[in-house]
Amino acid sequence: MSDFFTLAVSNFSMTYLTNIGAYFLMIAEMFRKPTKWSVMRTLILKDIDDLIIGSLGIVAFISFFVGGVVTIQTALNISNPLIPKYLVGFATRQSVILEFAPTFISIIMAGKVGSFITSSIGTMRVTEQIDALEVMGINSLNYLVFPKFIAMMLYPFVISIAMFLGVLGGMAACVYGGFSTLEDYITGVQLDFIPFHIVYAFIKTFVFAFLLATIPSFYGFYMKGGALEVGKASTTSFVWTSVMIILFNYLLTQLLLS
Amino acid sequence: MIEVKNIYKSFGDSQILKGISSTFEKGKTNLVIGQSGSGKTVFLKCLLGLFTPDEGTIAYDGKNYSDLTDDQKRNLRAEMGMVFQGSALFDSMTIAENVMFPLRMFTKMSKSEMQDRVDFVLNRVNLSDAHKKMPSEASGGMQKRVAIARAIVNNPKYLFCDEPNSGLDPKTAIVIDNLIQEITLEYNITTVINSHDMNSVMEIGQKILFLKDGLKAWEGSNATIFKTDNEAVTNFVYSSELFKKVRKMYIDENS
Ligand SMILES: Nc1ncnc2c1ncn2[C@@H]1O[C@H](COP(=O)(O)OP(=O)(O)O)[C@@H](O)[C@H]1O
Ligand SMILES: [Mg+2]
Repeated sequence: MSDFFTLAVSNFSMTYLTNIGAYFLMIAEMFRKPTKWSVMRTLILKDIDDLIIGSLGIVAFISFFVGGVVTIQTALNISNPLIPKYLVGFATRQSVILEFAPTFISIIMAGKVGSFITSSIGTMRVTEQIDALEVMGINSLNYLVFPKFIAMMLYPFVISIAMFLGVLGGMAACVYGGFSTLEDYITGVQLDFIPFHIVYAFIKTFVFAFLLATIPSFYGFYMKGGALEVGKASTTSFVWTSVMIILFNYLLTQLLLS
Repeated sequence: MIEVKNIYKSFGDSQILKGISSTFEKGKTNLVIGQSGSGKTVFLKCLLGLFTPDEGTIAYDGKNYSDLTDDQKRNLRAEMGMVFQGSALFDSMTIAENVMFPLRMFTKMSKSEMQDRVDFVLNRVNLSDAHKKMPSEASGGMQKRVAIARAIVNNPKYLFCDEPNSGLDPKTAIVIDNLIQEITLEYNITTVINSHDMNSVMEIGQKILFLKDGLKAWEGSNATIFKTDNEAVTNFVYSSELFKKVRKMYIDENS
């Protein structure tokens, strides 16, 4: 029984340690032997289109409506008449900028962008397209992952839009729902503004952008098998990207805000 | 010419190649045959430099691969073309872009020079009006032709094909086989083809290497494979009743 336990634990940690090692090797390899710039430029533009531009619609939609819901929930919970109405705007701004936009949207992106990256690289693996690149002497990790990494450096732009639309959605819900006046909401949004909170939010965003570009690439690049495994790899990639985002969210918050 | 001397390759505990030696000549279609799982793809990937053999040497026109510097290896890679089993076309690019890809990566040609070269090789594989199609819109036979065009666009000295006609109907399969043979002769390339297709063996087997259990079980050509008494070969090649009858008729006629 205890033998079994030791074996299970050692197998478990071996698998994870090997994976983590392979992940860091992949990151190092990604910067080696760069692809010709004229080709790389096209790849980066394509990835900006797929990963950034292609996400704006869903991010805008979710941000606007979730911002509205945050406002309504806050307003409904403030039943005490002594609490000023403008706190609704304040609370919405804090939740949207600190957590909702950087973290919640990144979890959504782990599903959207992450599974796109894993399945497109995974398909290239199972159909030998990655072998074809390697045969030609191309560093396939640089060719495939580096442009995604660069494209995701524009991710803070997406999150800025999410922040803006979240606060805007809150305003719309607040005014149309009659929870407070437009002036009160705006006063609340401007109340006690701490610039470091923005810095904190964007540090998180950059870290999440890096995770979103590299973890799904890792699961796509090193997958084995056929079409069925591509689907499984996308699921695993989503789970681990989300777990890492949540974990880093905790660590960074502890590190930067407390 | 490629000379392979005594190569071994294993993955973990399983020994896949157990000391294989052979020579593949220029301007000839060299076939590597054997059952599925016999190590043909592993062997071909060793020739391509994708796998490094655990032991043994591979020499390309007298140059020993393991003696080359990284730059020389890269230059040698640029002289190789490969046709993958599933064609491995880049599915985000059109057919013309697929064929142009090695030129964009490895030459300093101008856009119009590249276009001329792409037109030329696509014509050579009888695909003169498919430039703008996506690979997913092309039939299996067309995809194979595109893969061949991409493999030869940069004038390779060595061409490798992994089961080039698997998944094709028998007629298209023969067309693809013949195309590879013509190109090999025309441009005097050293061509190595993996196959388990008996039609290919008979049609284009100018040299045949038979792999079994990681060893070279037999070596010859389509001219000698009919006559051999090697049991491993006859069991594999003449596994169907039809081929057994053909072989018997051939031997009766010639005795
Ligand atoms: N990258 C690899 N890692 C581990 N085993 C492999 C790898 N590639 C091939 N093999 C094993 O080598 C054996 C021969 O495979 P392969 O060369 O693909 O056969 P064939 O092409 O003749 O059908 C198989 O048992 C396969 O599982
Ligand atoms: Mg094979």
